[in-house]
Amino acid sequence: MNSVISLTDIRRVFIMGDQQFEALKGVSFDVAAGEFVAIMGASGSGKSTCMNILGCLDRPTSGSYLLDGLDVGGMSSNQLADIRNNKLGFVFQGFNLLARTAAIENVELPLVYAGLHSKERRKKALTAMEQVGLTGKENNHSSQLSGGQQQRVAIARALVNNPAVILADEPTGNLDSSTSEEIMGVFSSLNKQGITIIMVTHEHDVAAHAGRQITFRDGLIISDSRKNPTAKTV
Amino acid sequence: MDFLQTLKIALRALRTNKMRSFLTMLGIIIGIAAVIAMMAVGTGASYVISQQIASIGSNIILVLPGSTTSGGLRTGSGGAQTLSSDDAKAIMAECPSVEYAAGTVRTAGQIVYGNMNWSSVIMGATPELFDIREWPVVSGRSISQQDVDGAVKVCLVGQTVADNLFGSADPVGNIIRIKKIPFTVIGVLDRKGQSPQGQDQDDAVFVPLRTAQRNLVRSQRTGVVSSIIVKAKSEQLIDKAESEIQALLNQRHRITNSKEPDFSTRNLSEILAVAEQSSKAMSLLLGAVASISLIVGGIGIMNIMLVSVTERTREIGIRMAIGAKKNDILLQFMTEAVLLTLLGGVIGIILGAGGATAVSRMLGWPTMISIQSITVAFFFSGAIGIFFGFYPAKKAAGLNPIDALRYE
Repeated sequence: MNSVISLTDIRRVFIMGDQQFEALKGVSFDVAAGEFVAIMGASGSGKSTCMNILGCLDRPTSGSYLLDGLDVGGMSSNQLADIRNNKLGFVFQGFNLLARTAAIENVELPLVYAGLHSKERRKKALTAMEQVGLTGKENNHSSQLSGGQQQRVAIARALVNNPAVILADEPTGNLDSSTSEEIMGVFSSLNKQGITIIMVTHEHDVAAHAGRQITFRDGLIISDSRKNPTAKTV
Repeated sequence: MDFLQTLKIALRALRTNKMRSFLTMLGIIIGIAAVIAMMAVGTGASYVISQQIASIGSNIILVLPGSTTSGGLRTGSGGAQTLSSDDAKAIMAECPSVEYAAGTVRTAGQIVYGNMNWSSVIMGATPELFDIREWPVVSGRSISQQDVDGAVKVCLVGQTVADNLFGSADPVGNIIRIKKIPFTVIGVLDRKGQSPQGQDQDDAVFVPLRTAQRNLVRSQRTGVVSSIIVKAKSEQLIDKAESEIQALLNQRHRITNSKEPDFSTRNLSEILAVAEQSSKAMSLLLGAVASISLIVGGIGIMNIMLVSVTERTREIGIRMAIGAKKNDILLQFMTEAVLLTLLGGVIGIILGAGGATAVSRMLGWPTMISIQSITVAFFFSGAIGIFFGFYPAKKAAGLNPIDALRYE
């Protein structure tokens, strides 16, 4: 099985004044294409730091990170921006849609930075919105959408450029339980289509949707368990 | 990312805060409008000044008699009767840098035609005067050398005099009485307008010099003129001509170093230089005021752009997470700032031009709006946007995406 993500002995040290804080103390794991991974842990366990590194928003102090076969460690900030644009899709807890902007334009945004022409952008964005079941809501602004719908727009935005991995940071944290289920359903169905998903969460019932659970504590991985492969199809 | 998209994003950002965008632009609008209006009024004024100076004639030197002392009383400048027609002829014949020289006498008196009468300036003139002042007749003929030599009682009338005595009728061929002496009108002069001192140059009657000397002015000697008006061959020769005239007249009037000259010369290009200098000083002053207001406007733009960057930190974070490069963000905020100032500039140009036109309509002040000043104002307002937009844009582009995303 080929790995989409390969972390080897990742460390991240924050320096605040004369104090040092080691958020990640040597983390290694691989994620294969098509996996659905939930990263769990209490706050301060290092899961968010790990997520930032996975998302190429932050750089590890030491260790190597291969994303889709590319060594991300030595890249410039412009190259990282391209990686974020081409290889990654982000879904945030707070949706993070642009205000006063139509849903379809939010979905198109990554393609704008990729330099695509408007016709192609529109076509891809419409497909992505269809995938998350938002056909008909293209021209609604975020204020005219419910929380669940906003998160679907965010997922469509993460999907639109065919990323190698979708990174979701507490995607259900701002949603009620029934909407959470709905959103997890969207993630599950995307995963069944072969899309790799890594999700940070602290809720066990949300994590249960994932085929693999990695748990962090104090900057280290304390457990990495896979569900029974047959259970995945249920 | 293509520029059109950047422009769209910037336009949307400006539209979402319409009132704020407008207030931010206001500084630039006022500054640019002031620049355009002031330039228009200034250029118009200096055009009028140069027109008036040109109306006297170009490259002109005035020779005036000096003062005399009689019984301890000194007359003022021009009080003496020291210049003569012969001096004028000699200047024209002997000074190589002089093109024309014309002696004139000047008096004032009542002019009567039928039951109409009008008080005006009466000038004794030779044909050269009209060459010097570049002043043609619009009907009839001008004064000839024969008229002067024969002291013929003919005259030319200026437009103001013609209007007041003859109304719309043609004065040529009619007889008018100047100081009770009958003169035949042989021609009407073209309209000349105001002199730089604001006198109506068309309010005058011209008669042959010798006629005037004999019949209209009283003098101790024959052939006295009240001034000699000289035209130099070119602008470069004005100073040379002036010293040639001084040398010649010193010799003719037997003036040695110990004796005060009984004449003075005045160079009209000096007046022109002074007028030009004062209009330059004026533009400089207005320019300084306008640039201060533009700088203040620019600082206003910078201020609001900084606020806007802080407000939109989260948006910047989203854009960066999604794949925007530092340059994309820099360009986005720069475009916004430049768009603000350019828009302000265009509104300012329209307001300034409109204001200048309104002023010239209502108050009758001449204004000239040059393409040059509009172009300069336009590009200058763009430059303000680049200059004052750079720092806020740099700040936005330098944000760390993680912190920006977490910003509340």
